[in-house]
Amino acid sequence: MLAAIHDTKLVWMFSGVLGLLMVLTLIGQFPESRQRGNSSRPVRDDLDVSVRAWWKMITVFVLTIILGPHGSLVLFAILSFMAMREYMTLVPTRRGDHLTLFWSFFVIMPLQYLFIGLEWYGIFGILIPVLAFIFVPSSIAIEGDTAQFLERSSKIQFGLMVCVYCLSHAPALLLLKIPGFEGHGLRLLLYLGIVDQINDVLQYVVGRLVGKHKIAWRVSPSLTWEGLAGGVIGATALGTLLWWATPFTPWQSAFLAFAICILGSAGGLVMSAIKRDIGIKDFGLIIEKRGGILDRIDSLCFAAPIFFHLVRYYFIP
Amino acid sequence: MSAGIHPIASLLAAVARGISGVQVQWAGCEPDERQRIYFANHTSHLDFVVLWSALPSEIRVHVRPIAAKDYWEETPLRRYLARNVFHAVLLDRGSAAKAKHPDEAHFVGRHLIDAMVDALGAENSLILFPEGTRGSGEKMGPFRSGLYHLAIRRPDAELVPAYLDNLNRILPKGEVLPVPMLSLLTFGKPMQVEPGEDRDVFLERAREAVASLRRIGTA
Repeated sequence: MLAAIHDTKLVWMFSGVLGLLMVLTLIGQFPESRQRGNSSRPVRDDLDVSVRAWWKMITVFVLTIILGPHGSLVLFAILSFMAMREYMTLVPTRRGDHLTLFWSFFVIMPLQYLFIGLEWYGIFGILIPVLAFIFVPSSIAIEGDTAQFLERSSKIQFGLMVCVYCLSHAPALLLLKIPGFEGHGLRLLLYLGIVDQINDVLQYVVGRLVGKHKIAWRVSPSLTWEGLAGGVIGATALGTLLWWATPFTPWQSAFLAFAICILGSAGGLVMSAIKRDIGIKDFGLIIEKRGGILDRIDSLCFAAPIFFHLVRYYFIP
Repeated sequence: MSAGIHPIASLLAAVARGISGVQVQWAGCEPDERQRIYFANHTSHLDFVVLWSALPSEIRVHVRPIAAKDYWEETPLRRYLARNVFHAVLLDRGSAAKAKHPDEAHFVGRHLIDAMVDALGAENSLILFPEGTRGSGEKMGPFRSGLYHLAIRRPDAELVPAYLDNLNRILPKGEVLPVPMLSLLTFGKPMQVEPGEDRDVFLERAREAVASLRRIGTA
């Protein structure tokens, strides 16, 4: 665990994040800047929400350092559990899905993290996309309720993919054995988190400040082309500047950061579309009070598996 | 009822809270130690434990559930849970219906109300599911008259409606394995029987009071 303290580059990255967060938190506390101009108020409030969420994320990250790779898997399994719980609460299911849902929570999800822990790559890669894909509809079919059969199967499968399969690739980064980079997986995880979150917040801020052309206003009223460009350019630049902490060259780092940004944006957009589709207002309150894990990790879910596979493909012999 | 909270009861309450991820909102009143009759919709075995665990522990000590004798005395485990762990007031819900003569039904019904009034005593509160049985969660069943008679006999006890949302998906009737989705428990505004109010009018009003709490506050 405490090997992390001797990882100077990790300490630098972490200190940078911590410093930025402290500055943002202080700005948020500053009463004078709060009152000036009502037009910037909603941006400020949303930023406060983000800053609070980042403190939680950083806590999760510190726990990851303390717990080591296998402890982190447990931690991320808990996050998956909480995310899937929110997702399944939102998504309409029927009585005939009960047993399938039970299996999803208590068998499929733990197995995914177990296989990652065992570094059994061949099986953790196919557990949900292949095995669960077959298991879920079969199990629902056995229950005998055919109403909306395809929708129900798809909804459960999608939940497993996003909340478990995709998210589990973030802690899987810790177990990648990159030659010359062994034991520094935490830096990759932090890199992914920093680029992803900075992209998120820059998109929002730039979009609010200079955004004119909406991308898909029906899905996400705040997402604009200007915001997207600002987020992607800014976060890609930051990712590039962080190349020294990764096994990548600056150009490779730029490409990977760019990929994280694009995928993260897609993740956020897709999750918004889902919320609009199922009418989040029905259960929005329950989710909101529970912290809205799903809202916080939507972009990470799409970025994590692709980042994992790109790194694995290019950097593992 | 000065026995305090059984450790198994506390344990089960913690487990039920964990499984149901319940959020509690007091939308019409605050937690209070005064004598109350909490009444709610009923869709799951978790209902009582979740509602009970949502109350502060100093209040919880004096809150007893009303439960069906035929079900809760069927096996030794159930009997133990109902009688020893949760100090349930077990009522023979079928007896009044089975009575052959209206007078007999009246007599038996009166006996059930007596049992509930006794259970209230000087310091207890009750949790009651006036539908009398667990429903599917889609639509609440009609309320049985016990709530009305109890309210007439003990007008000093506050009637507090509560709505348990989503528990029918967490542990539906007939399932033993729970699915840990999230749920919401909303306590509403206390109500009472209006002077001269008809039994059926009151019961419908009470049912409406519970139904209206469904997803209250959701924007």
